Amino acid sequence: MLLTTNDVKKIAYLARLGIEDHDLEAFTHDLTNMLTLMTQMNSINTDAVEPMAHPQPQNQRLRADNVTETNQREHFQHLAPHVEDGVYLVPKVIE
Amino acid sequence: MHTKTIKQLAEGLRAGTFSSVELTQHFLSRIEKFHALNAFITVTQEHALTAAQHADTRLAKGQADLLTGIPFAHKDIFCTTGIKTSCGSKMLDNFIAPYNATVVDKLHQAGAVLLGKLNMDEFAMGSSNENSFYGAVHNPWHDNVVPGGSSGGSAAAVAAGLAVCATGTDTGGSIRQPAAFCGITGLKPSYGRVSRYGMIAYASSLDQGGPMAKSAEDAAILLQAMAGFDEKDSTSINEPVPDYSSQLNQPLHGLKIGLPKEFFQHGLNQQIALDIDAALNEYRKLGAHIIELSMPTLTLAIPAYYVLASAECSSNLSRYDGVRFGHRCAHPVDLTDLYLRSRAEGFGTEVKRRILMGTYALSAGYYDAYYLKAQKIRRLISDEFQHALTQVDVLMSPVTPTHAFTLGEKAADPIQMYLEDLYTIAINLAGLPALSMPIGLSASAAGSPKLPVGLQLIGPYFSEAKLLNIAHAYQQITDWHQHIPTGFE
Repeated sequence: MLLTTNDVKKIAYLARLGIEDHDLEAFTHDLTNMLTLMTQMNSINTDAVEPMAHPQPQNQRLRADNVTETNQREHFQHLAPHVEDGVYLVPKVIE
Repeated sequence: MHTKTIKQLAEGLRAGTFSSVELTQHFLSRIEKFHALNAFITVTQEHALTAAQHADTRLAKGQADLLTGIPFAHKDIFCTTGIKTSCGSKMLDNFIAPYNATVVDKLHQAGAVLLGKLNMDEFAMGSSNENSFYGAVHNPWHDNVVPGGSSGGSAAAVAAGLAVCATGTDTGGSIRQPAAFCGITGLKPSYGRVSRYGMIAYASSLDQGGPMAKSAEDAAILLQAMAGFDEKDSTSINEPVPDYSSQLNQPLHGLKIGLPKEFFQHGLNQQIALDIDAALNEYRKLGAHIIELSMPTLTLAIPAYYVLASAECSSNLSRYDGVRFGHRCAHPVDLTDLYLRSRAEGFGTEVKRRILMGTYALSAGYYDAYYLKAQKIRRLISDEFQHALTQVDVLMSPVTPTHAFTLGEKAADPIQMYLEDLYTIAINLAGLPALSMPIGLSASAAGSPKLPVGLQLIGPYFSEAKLLNIAHAYQQITDWHQHIPTGFE
């Protein structure tokens, strides 16, 4: 096995993704299969190859430094699960 | 009315044979009649009838576009104000976007009538539409068969005559594969051709929106309305949009078609290979030459794609945290619990797999072995395409290794599902345009039902007009694109 259930637990925590204990085995199995598939990439040498991040080789476009957006605080906060007095509410972080 | 082309419908609207309201009512009643296909997540009946009335006014004033009054639908990945945009996920089941996607605005301005939002694999991750929170879509050609994915609702709706045409998005084949499985024409444009603004992100360096329609002629009209530079999308390319319809009838005499032999090797269903041979013969009749090529790195496209797409997905989907929008778990005890449970409850299994895979590939100690390696293979694949396309005008290949498969057949094994994308994903890595069109109706084996077969056309950057021309020429001498599934006539 390329991965253990403990590894998957760690990865899931890094991704802030809750995984039920009874699902850990299945995810470990699937991720191991995915990693096995990915090891096919090692069949060729790529030492001299420049990595490609993006299909179009062009510079990031710049725009004039003008204000284009208006304040839409209420409109956006309308979507939130829990808002009070214009702020997003989450459980208490600092005692 | 549901079997007519956009041009025929536009003529009917102008001649007064029917109004846009009548046309829209016709499609709305078909959507209701065939709701068991599960092609739609949201039907916008009132909105559609109002839009149709506006379209009729525009038509009466002579201010209409070709798409004015034409009923169509959006994949539920395009943000729409006032209408739910779920992206096929429980996470966004309550999400009403605060702004329209550029594509949505453009089609609205053209006067097209939005019938609703189409079903899809959750966050566009899947090749069967079985990963939707709203349930699987059925293929109109056979009830027990998948329509493909992730734009499965779009393909099924167009094939069944529930919409004249539809939008789709394609990250690894999500327009082309369902188009092939449902017997319609779909085009993934060059990366940067269609704005991604307001199109919910899965893998940003691969995602691209495009048209899904009954023919190349209709796809050209829809692409015309979708394409173009957009200030709001930093990856949009400022390149003029040609008149796609005017180039459909260019002669193909002397056209050089390349066949990458790696696309025709083990795993390809024999009947599909025969159907492709027959299509190539039609192209020979049109004066094209067929040249065999080799692109050896293509075989590594699947592992490279699933590293890169998962990595980008894990980053893009970190925004769903249960704080500002989307699903939030009940009674979180602390902030970490809020994140963990909101995401656990909001995402489906395939999305979780890819988030985990991407997080792993980007984590310290593994970045070089997976992410960087995959980016290097991406370069090699892109270079191979560039080189091949200096030798020929267009590449042709199957779209899928098999016919549409049975519902549930591959759902338990993600790797089997990933291998479905064998012929489509390399094109996204290179950012090239590619079109899928129906070229046959055949059984995968004796006793199996007859299902559509697709052919893929791949061209250089910004060759959409040429691809549509090549597909249109074929559709002028064959009628595969006019076949209608039994029961949907």
